[in-house]
Amino acid sequence: MKTVLKLENVSKQYRLGQIGTGTISHDLNRWWASVRGAEDPYALVGGVNDRSRASSDEYVWALKDINLEVKQGEILGVIGKNGAGKSTLLKLLSQVTQPSNGSIKIKGRIASLLEVGTGFHPELTGRENIFLNGTILGMTRKEVKSKLDEIVEFAGVAKYLDTPTKRYSSGMTVRLGFAVAAHLDPEILVVDEVLAVGDIEFQQKAIGKMQDVSREGGRTVLFVSHNMESILNLCPKSILLKNGMIDSMGESSIIIEEYAKQNTSISSGFSPDAIQYQQNGIQLLDFVYGNSAGTLNNSIINGANIVFKAKFKYSNKSANQIYPVIVINDKYNQRISALSSLLLKKKFEVNEGVFTVIWELKDCNLAPSTYLLDLFIVDSVSSNQKLFEANGLVKLQLGDSDFYGSGITNAKRDRIYFPFSVDIV
Amino acid sequence: MQESILGTNDSWDLVIEPKKNVYSLNLKSIWNYRDLLMLFVRRDFVSVFKQTILGPLWFVIQPLFTTLIYTIVFGNLANLATDGIPQPVFYLSGIILWNYFSECLMKISDTFMVNQALFGKVYFPRMVVPLSIVISTFLKFGVQLLLFICVYLYFFFNGAVAPNVYILLLPLLVVNMAGLGLALGLIVSSLTTKYKDLKFLIQFGVQLAMYASPIVYPLSVVPEKYKLLLVLNPATGVIETFRFALFKAGEFNLFAFGYSFLVMIFLLFVGIIFFNKNEKSFIDTV
Repeated sequence: MKTVLKLENVSKQYRLGQIGTGTISHDLNRWWASVRGAEDPYALVGGVNDRSRASSDEYVWALKDINLEVKQGEILGVIGKNGAGKSTLLKLLSQVTQPSNGSIKIKGRIASLLEVGTGFHPELTGRENIFLNGTILGMTRKEVKSKLDEIVEFAGVAKYLDTPTKRYSSGMTVRLGFAVAAHLDPEILVVDEVLAVGDIEFQQKAIGKMQDVSREGGRTVLFVSHNMESILNLCPKSILLKNGMIDSMGESSIIIEEYAKQNTSISSGFSPDAIQYQQNGIQLLDFVYGNSAGTLNNSIINGANIVFKAKFKYSNKSANQIYPVIVINDKYNQRISALSSLLLKKKFEVNEGVFTVIWELKDCNLAPSTYLLDLFIVDSVSSNQKLFEANGLVKLQLGDSDFYGSGITNAKRDRIYFPFSVDIV
Repeated sequence: MQESILGTNDSWDLVIEPKKNVYSLNLKSIWNYRDLLMLFVRRDFVSVFKQTILGPLWFVIQPLFTTLIYTIVFGNLANLATDGIPQPVFYLSGIILWNYFSECLMKISDTFMVNQALFGKVYFPRMVVPLSIVISTFLKFGVQLLLFICVYLYFFFNGAVAPNVYILLLPLLVVNMAGLGLALGLIVSSLTTKYKDLKFLIQFGVQLAMYASPIVYPLSVVPEKYKLLLVLNPATGVIETFRFALFKAGEFNLFAFGYSFLVMIFLLFVGIIFFNKNEKSFIDTV
C-alpha cells in the first residue's frame, strides 16, 4: 500500500491573549525582520501546549513536530483530550489554516468534513443547498447532478427537496449535510465529530458508509471522535495526541486503553486524611478489596469473588438508618452496576462509633480492564439523600484469570464474560 | 498553502506548506471552482428576494427615489448646475455607477467577517467570494442600467440628449468601477480581520467619498483650487467619461480616463497581495 498522506515536522503556533492590543508593533517588527531576511522574532518563544499550566509565553504550539504517514485504505482514529491539537490538525489538513512549520503532502483529492451542511443557506431549498454544499466541498455541478438521487435517498428527504432548509428539522439538515459529504468520493476523507448529532440509526448508517468507502473504494479516512465506541468500531489504528504532540500510535484498543489511563487521575489507593472523605459526620477510615476476605491486598482477578471492605467512623449523636452503596463504572466512567443494599431490602442502623461495611461480589465476570468505583452512604429515611459520597474513590485494575480455562479471551473487545456452554445435537 | 506537482518519483498532488507565493491570483484553482462561483452568485441573487412581494423591483425603486430626492435637494434647492444635462438622467447616471462601486466595496470588505464560519470549516479559493459579489452586484447594476436606458430614451426622443461614439467605452468604464470596488474591498477586508476599526471607517467613508466624486455635480463647476484633488480621485475619470459619452457634456480627457484605469490596476494588484496573504492566516486572527 502506498502512502497517501505524509506529515513532516508539522507545527502550528498560536498567539495567546488578546489579539488587537499591540499587534501593530509586533507586525511591524515581524515585517522588518522579514525585510532583513531574519527569522521571525516571535517564532522562537512559546511553550508546550498544556492548558493546565499558566504560561508566561505569549505564543503556544498547538501542534509541535507532528510526523505521520497514512497508507491508502487506512482508517485512522485520532483521539486526545480537548485542546490536545485534534482540531488544529484537521484544520491544517483541510487547508483552513496553514502550518507554521513543516509540510503536509497529499496524494489525491482530500475532503474534510469538520461540520455537516457547511454553507447551507436557510432560504434556499434542499435541492439548491445540495448543489451549493457539494460545490463548496469541491465537487462540480455535474458531479453533484449525477449523484443527486443517491444523496436524496441516503438523506431520506425526497419529500422536502423543494422546501427551504429553514423549515427542516435539525436532524434533517444534518442528514442532508452528511449525505452530500458522504458522496464526495475523495481519496482522503477527514471527518470530525459529526456523527454525534444524528440519531442512532443515522449514526450507524454513516459509520457503515465510511467503512464501505474505505473497504471498496480503497479510500483513506481520518476520523476524530471522543466516542471510543465508534473509534473501536471504525478504526483499526489510532493515534493519541497529547499537548500538541503524538503521544502514541498503534492498535486502537491499546491506544484507547492508554488514553483512559492518562485521563483518570484517580490513584488506586486513597488517603483517609483527605477532607473529602469526611461528610455529615461520616468519615471513611479505610477501604480495601481483594479476591477473598482473607487477602485484601487491593489486587484482584476476574472470575472469582471480590470482597470490598470500607471502614467508617460515625460521629453523630443520633443513630441513622443507612444503605451502603458501591457503584462500579467502566474506564470511561459509564456506570455498570450498583451494589446497593437497598436492592436486597437491607438497611442498617449505625450509632456513634466505628463500623465496617463488607460487600461480597460473587463470581465477578467482568472482562479484565480498569474500573472506577464510587462509594455512597444513602440515608434510608429522607430517601436518596447521600450522607457520604466519594465519586471515583479508587481505580480498580481487574486482572485476567483465564476465565474460560482455555487460555483464550476477548479482553480487548468484550466487557463481560458469561459462563456458557455450546453443543451440537 | 502551496499547490504544486512535484515531478519526482515521489509525486504528491498537494503540498501544504507555510510559505506561499502571494503575488499570484491562482486563476486555475478559481477556474476549478467556477461552479461554486456561479452558485454563490445565484444564492446572493435569489436569497435576497425570497419572501418579498416586489422582488427584484427593489433594485429599481431605490435609484428612482434617490434620483427624485437629489433632483429636489441638489437640483432645485441647492441649484447645482448639471452641465445642461436634464437633471433626472444626470443624477441617475451618477447614482447607478456609484452604487455599483460602493456596493462592491461594502460587501467585499465584509468577506472575511460574514464568511468566518464557512472559511473556518472548508477550503476553497477565497477569491471566489469577492468575485461572486462583483458578479451578483453586476446583475443588480444591469437591472438598474435597464431603468437608466428607459429614462435616457425618453429624453433622447425628446431631443434633450444624444450619445456619441465614446459610448463604446461603456464596458470598460463598468469594468473600471467594478475593479476599483473589488480592489478597495480586498484591501479593506484583509485589514479588518486584524484591525476591526476599519469597519466603522468604511461605513461612513464610502458615503463621504461620494461627495468627493462628481456624482451630484459636474467637474466643470468645481473651483480650480479643488479640481486637482478631485481629478486625483480615480472615480472622477470614470464618471466624467461616462457622462461625456452619454451627453457630450464637458470634454473627453484621455489622461483622466487612463489615470483611473492605471490606479485601478495598481490597487487591484495590492488588493490581491493583501488578500492572498490574509486568506492563509485570517482564521487565526479574526
